[in-house]
Amino acid sequence: MASLFDGLLGKRSSSADRAKERLHLVLIHDRTDLSYKDLESLKDRLIEVISEYVMIDTDQTEIQIQTDGREQTLIAHIPLQSPRTRK
Amino acid sequence: MTGKVVTITSGKGGVGKTTTTANLGIALASLGYKVVCIDTDIGLRNLDVVLGLENRIVYDLVDVVEGQCRLAQAMIRDKRFHELFLIPAAQTRDKTAIAPSDMVRLCDSLRDEVDWIVIDSPAGIERGFRNALAPADNVLVITNPEVSAVRDADRIIGLVESEEKGPTNLIINRINTTMVKNGDMVSADDVVELLAVPLIGLVPEDEAVLVSTNHGQPVVLNEKSKAGRAFLNIAKRLNGEEVPWLALDEKKGILNRLGKFISGGD
Repeated sequence: MASLFDGLLGKRSSSADRAKERLHLVLIHDRTDLSYKDLESLKDRLIEVISEYVMIDTDQTEIQIQTDGREQTLIAHIPLQSPRTRK
Repeated sequence: MTGKVVTITSGKGGVGKTTTTANLGIALASLGYKVVCIDTDIGLRNLDVVLGLENRIVYDLVDVVEGQCRLAQAMIRDKRFHELFLIPAAQTRDKTAIAPSDMVRLCDSLRDEVDWIVIDSPAGIERGFRNALAPADNVLVITNPEVSAVRDADRIIGLVESEEKGPTNLIINRINTTMVKNGDMVSADDVVELLAVPLIGLVPEDEAVLVSTNHGQPVVLNEKSKAGRAFLNIAKRLNGEEVPWLALDEKKGILNRLGKFISGGD
């Protein structure tokens, strides 16, 4: 609802929200020493290796770093294709 | 007496390390503790001027470490509190004049004499920071609600963790409640969420800090100042006292605003 009103009034998210978002991303990469580029190449290689064993839906595959307190976890969402749906 | 060593650090410069050290030292002394403040910012000493003790310096930290004087000779007694002392940094040397092991030895010999040893760390993550961190029992990381200060605080917290020092607590300094309300400053809640270390102090932006520093009288001596009260609360929390967070929630809302109006800050 708030976003609808913001949209009508032509308001963007506040500068504080923007700062928090940017910090969130920067801190993840500072803490893990993993750049966006590294994460992308990690994803590609992961897809490559897993594909040798099972069929996966590469379009739906997602790799992200989740933060819990000061702990970082690498989360991979890799949907498998059942043999029947194989193209 | 088994004195505890608390190190004030931040990574980024200019966020309020020296101001916090001076105020925490005075606050602890006013609570009846025997306190030594140590300035480890060799080459850029400032704790002496902030405490208003710059005219009394004869010997400094490097003199003690190098054996040019006895420890007691480098401890400058405060004018206001007789149980508060300052060991100033040397001004004409650099950070490498002392080593982390020197700081550990120095603090160990002070532990029997005092209740609290408050160390002012220099900015940065190099030798000066290592010197300040080495003897620490408690680490207080200070930041401001702005992206560069928060990022550097996170880096420092990581380094403290990897050195297995701490516990680490967070002080957020120079919070401008009007800007937070207008969505132009990250709230204290957001900073705590991002850095994920326990909070020990929220200090509002307060002109009285600059004015009092002009006089060499730390703001904690001014009971009317919000920032002064915030620093006193930090000293109390450091001693295990539970002091209520009156202005932690910076979010908009009539009840909250009313609460803040009544409490007048932290």
